[in-house]
Amino acid sequence: MNDPHVHSHRHPPAADDPSSGYEPLERAIRELLIEKGILDAAAIQRRIEAMDSLTPANGARLVARAWTDPAYKARLLEDAAGLLAEEGFELEHSPTVRVVENTAQVHNVIVCTLCSCYPRMVLGLPPAWYKKKAYRARVVREPRAVLAEFGTELPDGVEVRVHDSTADLRYIVLPRRPEGTEDMDEDALAALVTRDALIGTAPARAPGES
Amino acid sequence: MIEIGARVRVDDRFHAGHHRVPGYLKGREGVVTACLGRFPNPEALAYFRPGDPPLALYQVRFRQADLWDGYAGGPADTLDADIYEHWLQQLEDRP
Repeated sequence: MNDPHVHSHRHPPAADDPSSGYEPLERAIRELLIEKGILDAAAIQRRIEAMDSLTPANGARLVARAWTDPAYKARLLEDAAGLLAEEGFELEHSPTVRVVENTAQVHNVIVCTLCSCYPRMVLGLPPAWYKKKAYRARVVREPRAVLAEFGTELPDGVEVRVHDSTADLRYIVLPRRPEGTEDMDEDALAALVTRDALIGTAPARAPGES
Repeated sequence: MIEIGARVRVDDRFHAGHHRVPGYLKGREGVVTACLGRFPNPEALAYFRPGDPPLALYQVRFRQADLWDGYAGGPADTLDADIYEHWLQQLEDRP
């Protein structure tokens, strides 16, 4: 492969490396916005703190309530954006949110192949792997192999449904309620719902499972 | 307006610049499973234009076996993507 004439005419994919040229670009734009009085450092800090205050615990709470309250679940599946706005989530400048339900027949898993779209306005920042090209490229093409690497083995009879968030909607998975949780209250149920369960790479934890 | 249940094909065309259609879906056929509302055209928004008029956005469901040669998962496995109307051609129903 040392022959310099043998090469692809397509650009190689950009690296995942965050030390790309975007860091100096971001800094230059931020400093200009501050210098021109359009933003101040405190406003940027408040925005970062607001984003950091959003966590998967928000999603876990929605799921636990949906598991215990059929009317709430119906509303969540029908009109998640309206429900979340009523609950005080700031959705005005955000894409729409949709919740998709895992059942005995269908297992949903979320990805954004084009970039890293994620329901940040509810769950906060995505995990690092969600943004990696390996996850994004593979989960659409071999979802069962990717799920198996997360420890999630699904029977052939279950339909695996990948949602590629290509446009103005962001997806959250409503995982199945684990068996043996009939007597648990909402707080205990919420503790079973991991970030991976909300993305669909794993089921909710069974009670007693660490 | 495309009805839910309609068969559609995603246009297989080159588009210079920002667009929200993944290459692996261009030229592929699927079924509209939801009408998601209207949104400003992202191909204009990306260049600081308003994106008027807003475009209808559809959820389209593809069979994984139709997308990938030798797909190794179950025959019922599917993939949903959200595609704007100007990238979709409605197909005649086939027997």
